[in-house]
Amino acid sequence: MIDMSSKFEPQILGFLCNWCSYAGADLAGTGRTQYSPNLRIIRVMCSGRVDPTFILAAMKNGADGVLIAGCHPPSDCHYLTGNLKARRRYHLLLKLLDQLGIERERVRLEWVSASEGERFAKIVDEFTEQIRTMGPNPLKSS
Amino acid sequence: MSQTKLKLAIGLGATCSGCDMAIVDLAEKLTNVFNAVDIVFWPTASDQKLKEFEQLPDASVDLGFYHGSIANEENKEIAHLLRKKTKTLISFGACACHGGVPGLANLTTTKELFATVYATPSTANPDLKQPQTKTTIGGYSLVLPEKFDTVQCLNECIDVDYYLPGCPPEVPLVEKAIEAILTGKLPAKGETLAPNRILCDECPRKREEKKIPKIYRIQQIIPDQEKCLLDQGVICLGPSTRMGCGARCLEANMPCRGCMGPTSKALDQGAKMIASLGSILGLEGEEAMTEEEVKQLMDQVKDPLGLFYMFTLPASILKRRNMTQK
Amino acid sequence: MSEQPRIGVYLCHCGTNIAGVIDMKRLLAYAEKLPNVVVARDYTYMCSDPGQQLIRKDIHESKINRVVAAACSPTLHEPTFRRVLEEEGLSPYFFDMANIREQDTWVHMKNPEEALQIAQDTIRMSAARAARLEELKPKEVKVGRRALIIGGGISGISAALDLANAGFTVYLVEKSPTIGGRMAQLDKTFPTMDCSSCILTPKMVSISRHPNVKLFTYAEVKDVQGFVGNFKVKVLQKPKYVDEKKCTSCNECTKICPVEVPDEFNANLSWRKAIYIPFPQAVPPSYVLDEENCLGLTPLACGKCIDVCDPDAIDYDQRAKEIELDVDTIIVATGYDPYNPLNEHEYNYGMFQNVVTSLEMERMLNASGPTSGKVVRPSDLKEPKRIVYVQCVGSRNEKTNLYCSRVCCMYAVKQARQLKEKHPEIEVRIFYVDIRAFGKGFEEFYERAAKDYGVLFTRGRVAEILEDPKEKNLTVRVEDTLLGTPLELETDMVVLSVGITPSVDANEIRKILKIPAGPDGFFSEAHPKLRPVDTVVDGILIAGTAAGPKDIPDAVAQAKAAASGAASLMAPGVYVVEPYYATIDDSICGGCGTCVLLCPFRAITIEDKRAKLNEALCKGCGACASACPAGAIKPNHFTDEQIMAQVEQAVAK
Repeated sequence: MIDMSSKFEPQILGFLCNWCSYAGADLAGTGRTQYSPNLRIIRVMCSGRVDPTFILAAMKNGADGVLIAGCHPPSDCHYLTGNLKARRRYHLLLKLLDQLGIERERVRLEWVSASEGERFAKIVDEFTEQIRTMGPNPLKSS
Repeated sequence: MSQTKLKLAIGLGATCSGCDMAIVDLAEKLTNVFNAVDIVFWPTASDQKLKEFEQLPDASVDLGFYHGSIANEENKEIAHLLRKKTKTLISFGACACHGGVPGLANLTTTKELFATVYATPSTANPDLKQPQTKTTIGGYSLVLPEKFDTVQCLNECIDVDYYLPGCPPEVPLVEKAIEAILTGKLPAKGETLAPNRILCDECPRKREEKKIPKIYRIQQIIPDQEKCLLDQGVICLGPSTRMGCGARCLEANMPCRGCMGPTSKALDQGAKMIASLGSILGLEGEEAMTEEEVKQLMDQVKDPLGLFYMFTLPASILKRRNMTQK
Repeated sequence: MSEQPRIGVYLCHCGTNIAGVIDMKRLLAYAEKLPNVVVARDYTYMCSDPGQQLIRKDIHESKINRVVAAACSPTLHEPTFRRVLEEEGLSPYFFDMANIREQDTWVHMKNPEEALQIAQDTIRMSAARAARLEELKPKEVKVGRRALIIGGGISGISAALDLANAGFTVYLVEKSPTIGGRMAQLDKTFPTMDCSSCILTPKMVSISRHPNVKLFTYAEVKDVQGFVGNFKVKVLQKPKYVDEKKCTSCNECTKICPVEVPDEFNANLSWRKAIYIPFPQAVPPSYVLDEENCLGLTPLACGKCIDVCDPDAIDYDQRAKEIELDVDTIIVATGYDPYNPLNEHEYNYGMFQNVVTSLEMERMLNASGPTSGKVVRPSDLKEPKRIVYVQCVGSRNEKTNLYCSRVCCMYAVKQARQLKEKHPEIEVRIFYVDIRAFGKGFEEFYERAAKDYGVLFTRGRVAEILEDPKEKNLTVRVEDTLLGTPLELETDMVVLSVGITPSVDANEIRKILKIPAGPDGFFSEAHPKLRPVDTVVDGILIAGTAAGPKDIPDAVAQAKAAASGAASLMAPGVYVVEPYYATIDDSICGGCGTCVLLCPFRAITIEDKRAKLNEALCKGCGACASACPAGAIKPNHFTDEQIMAQVEQAVAK
């Protein structure tokens, strides 16, 4: 028998860039598009602001997943190329996560434009479900 | 009237004793400084017994150096002992400050480590015996300190007063530290006794443009001796590492491996290397790159963990590899 | 000065938007207990005067020095609350906003417990950030009086005239050889049936005469750098190979030119020559030699036009010029292209000769068009007796564009009326999905078309068109949805009411200016309700169909609004830019140079082994700060300490 009271609810931290993805998340709100209540949002001006240090700190603090959302490459970034830096750092970080024994699927980079409110909601739902299946952050038990 | 000498005790953790050599270096090069110091405990080079040191009154020793990381039970005990007996305790060297190279044991567990080390092809161990913490031989009970799964830096074990990084700390830095202690001109507690500026400042190489198209390992090219190695595609941790060592590795044509640890503003040396290298690798033409090309570009870095956390894994944010399997 | 943070937290009910989902009492009780929080209050509308008054009072009485408002999105009211702090003597940058509406109650309406948890977490993160906020001084930038307007259609022209009349300098850049845009191609305009050229050309002439307008036609904006008050623009002026000042429009060159090319102005229904004037009232009134189609730009290849040019205005040696302009504001009015039914082979356009677009019909209706005002069937050039209009081509359709193009209902009714005016005996039937006659006089116009002019209206989306291969007549298959019966109708000609799509150059301009566009390609306004002509980039505004489908009155209104917006920016002479630039700690930097090339604005240089940042160029993206391996760069208002505090507080313990 499944004990519903102890069902694991992922806690996901999202870094959203001001111009595209944060506005996209706002649009989901104005459009009343409902999505899973598992995301906590930190606004940054650009996805290029996201230091891998923040992502590792989030994992250490118990976040089950980390979402970084920026503007579509190659040319949507309000600051021209911040998203391209974010993308390269992300792929290097994934290799580190592999070596650290943390599932790379827990850190996700997505491109969400200011007009993609519904898509943003879909991404949150998908990511939440994926983390739910994967289980809690493995660092939490240790 | 004779000047009372500064009492110094040196404790060892999981160390290679390179730091002991640094202290010996000090003796050779700066006898006047060395002569102002009275070593009351130094297992490597001096004859005092542990029991004698334990019997000293608490906080009766002016200065303590602890080098080596905390990798087993004995390291921990010595650390606590040194803290008890000394007034000012300096975390000496990369291992004590950041975990050092022994910190890379955090990629595995004691169990896995022993299973590998005591069964190598060149080890004669047909019964695959492994060290035990306690055993009895000929009626005598023998004890070995327990090896921890996770290597720690000194400050996770005890309160540290100052940090002196480096593998080992270079003579000028140690000299400055001792002088500061002798003259009572120490900075605030918790500070690192090395400049809070990165290595590039004292590196003699010429820096041009940071936009690396391709990564080379140091043996794959013959690098230009005058130019910045990072500019030439050889990963050098200089930009994420404190200066103070005189950039000697660079002068010997080897890239910096980060043994002095990061500045006070960089919380995680490896994360900063990923941030910076990820930004400048493939910078030219970044707009035309596909997702696949980005992946291939980053695959040039074969071992980010080993390279970027060579000396600082235990001091990093995640500290160790996660061993819980799915 | 590191004072102890004393935070005031203000919870907004936002009517029932927030309070209808979250138990505000519980949220208030939670907020009160957070570290550094000295006072917590709630109110129905925090952004209102009484709401603001609560904050003002606490600043003075409770001596709070940091403010957190838990309410809507900061994109809406961050400026509102910042102003309150500023007016009460507190730095506006000691304010943080916790978004618990757009990113909480509005998206978790049926989960009140979870919404409450999110609100608690968000406020906790916000308070931790607020405790670490620093006093920042906004940058003042000098702003001059020069505006760049990209696009010389009715919107660009209207904006240019308003600004020029107000005394500002206007650079109007238009990519085709003449200004006038799409409006010049129209015959009559609804609902007044004004002749389009008649109301447009006087404005075009005003532009050419205005001392404050510098007109660049056959020119394109290639690069824009800088920021408001300091835009550096590169314009590529293509060579017309004709000296505008010498050309007398005698037309001899056109007569003798041997090359014939489809005439874009006449919707490709007629020919023009390689050397031509787009239309007689073109501004500037100069002929232009189309390099692509000319035989060779040298007497060896042809040279006939030079032979007959009396005023010696033709010059094959003209070259493209790069012009640099320094401007303070930019208005984007790049217009639209009609939807091209060839994309989806809509209704076999392009294969059935007698299926035409509304623009082609418009040119035929025009007395100075390719048929001198006679409406004829392309297959036999005979006048059609029966015409069918298909509405919503390229609009309101998942396969093409989801949006409504707004003008097609009215222009179809207009053209139908014109047809019936010329030939009362022909049958004109409009197959519509809806008739959107929303504007002033529109409904009356539509009713008259049906009642007085006998235009027939049938509700149904045309499913298929078939062609009789011999006579080239067309059979239209459609469901009459009001009667509920399928219909098969033979007709002589079908007009596709094509919708509005963004100009083909819009994407290039978007990349050059770094302004966002929606999924349809129309430029995005900063706020759909309250800031309809601003973009998110300070100093760049949008107007006309480039911002979305609209008719001429709306385009002109928006253009005038953009001119007003630009004037408001330029008039004070100074613009306050948010101090979101970065600073570099000289004591940590060792001059590794990682930051230099990665900055897209080239704001950083290395001097004497230290990185130096130019605050005027820095946009505050923070890419350098995260990349800096020394940790020496600090982006204002988004520092490592502030973000790390939010990270640490994010996961509920």
